[in-house]
Amino acid sequence: MRNVIVRDAGAAVEGIKDGHTVMVGGFGGAGLPKGVITAVLDKGVRDLVVISNNAGSSDDDLSLWFSAKIVRKIICSYPRSAQQFAEQYRAGTVELELVPQGTLVERIRAGGAGLGGFLSPVGVGTVFADGKEKVTVQGHEFLLELPLHADFTFIKGHLADSLGNITYNKSARNHCVVMATAGDTVAVEVDRIVEVGELDPENIVTPCVFVDRVFTRNL
Amino acid sequence: MMKPLSRDALARMVALHLPNEGFVNLGIGAPTQVADYLPSGSGVMLHSENGVLNVGPKPPEGQEDWDLINAGKMPISLKRGGSYFDSSLSFAMMRGGHLDVAVLGAFQVSREGDLANWTTGDNGSPPGIGGAIDLAVGAKSIWVMMDHTTRDGRPRIVERCGYPLTARKVVTRIFTNLAILDVTDNGLVVDALLEDMRVAELQALTEAPLLALGKVRTIKQDGAVLA
Repeated sequence: MRNVIVRDAGAAVEGIKDGHTVMVGGFGGAGLPKGVITAVLDKGVRDLVVISNNAGSSDDDLSLWFSAKIVRKIICSYPRSAQQFAEQYRAGTVELELVPQGTLVERIRAGGAGLGGFLSPVGVGTVFADGKEKVTVQGHEFLLELPLHADFTFIKGHLADSLGNITYNKSARNHCVVMATAGDTVAVEVDRIVEVGELDPENIVTPCVFVDRVFTRNL
Repeated sequence: MMKPLSRDALARMVALHLPNEGFVNLGIGAPTQVADYLPSGSGVMLHSENGVLNVGPKPPEGQEDWDLINAGKMPISLKRGGSYFDSSLSFAMMRGGHLDVAVLGAFQVSREGDLANWTTGDNGSPPGIGGAIDLAVGAKSIWVMMDHTTRDGRPRIVERCGYPLTARKVVTRIFTNLAILDVTDNGLVVDALLEDMRVAELQALTEAPLLALGKVRTIKQDGAVLA
């Protein structure tokens, strides 16, 4: 039977390479796979393109990647209160693609759902329309938004079984659910691993088809 | 003349106007405070962009769950009948017009309801847009809550926004520490004004022209508004 459990965060990030595009789940600290943060640092990779809602704000999150200067570009919606990122942003050593949050998650959804993009009213008439194709549908103007996809997706779940079915805890599901659909390799850090059959099928939010690796730090 | 409303009184004034049983999103910062002034028994259901509907008050100290936070990343609780969902569904609620009111802070609002609330264009610090623009485009009514002027007394309600826009022609109502204004096809209409203040005095602090068409209601110091 399929078994996607790996022994630790190091095994979960195995295969990550310089220049990879990496999605990291979370809204603030909720849904952020903190075990992955240090594991990626330990691999010594550089020039990452990171897709995440925020850009780190404490000493156990994406701030560590900016301190270590391993991020070339970040695609995010709200890089505020992000001291380490801000320092590199001011120094011009990291590129920022600022995306409205709803557009960010929908671009990821498009990437995971095999869509060529979508039409959004968000950003029409603002700087967020710059450089984007404009399409008029039934008299309303929209922007063509393109899909996002990643080499690796790292997210945080609550419970997992060995097949890779995932549940989430409260508001920690945020961007994780959609990100799970849009990575070549999807690794999930969870609070606890349970037996196959223990999760109520009605409560499984991310079905195992999307998940490649699962680990927990709470053995 | 009375003093401008305090932050608390302004939050109370906004809270008293929210539609009962409405689905409402409160923006980060001052709008978040509106939740503290909802009348007891209010049927308002608060939405949080990170995937929570029917947000409850801040939990008692020591009972915070950092997996249950609001858009400002502070701990919250969930009311009975509340629900969790992912960000895609959450932003579908916003963009799809499923929320009745969004209360947002602003740097500037124009006569036509253009909203500038995400950056002052200062290149020193990284800009952040978050969910502000999705809300501004999608909610059925966009209410702005802000001080009537800048700290040094310059108007925030202007002919044309000088700061980068969040969205064009979206604001429907402006609540300030001096007045309540409705954004209409004819221009900005004064709905309510601080007690003892004259429309001419408000106009002097407002760049865009104001209309006082009907009866102007009276704002008391505690944020209550009398017909």
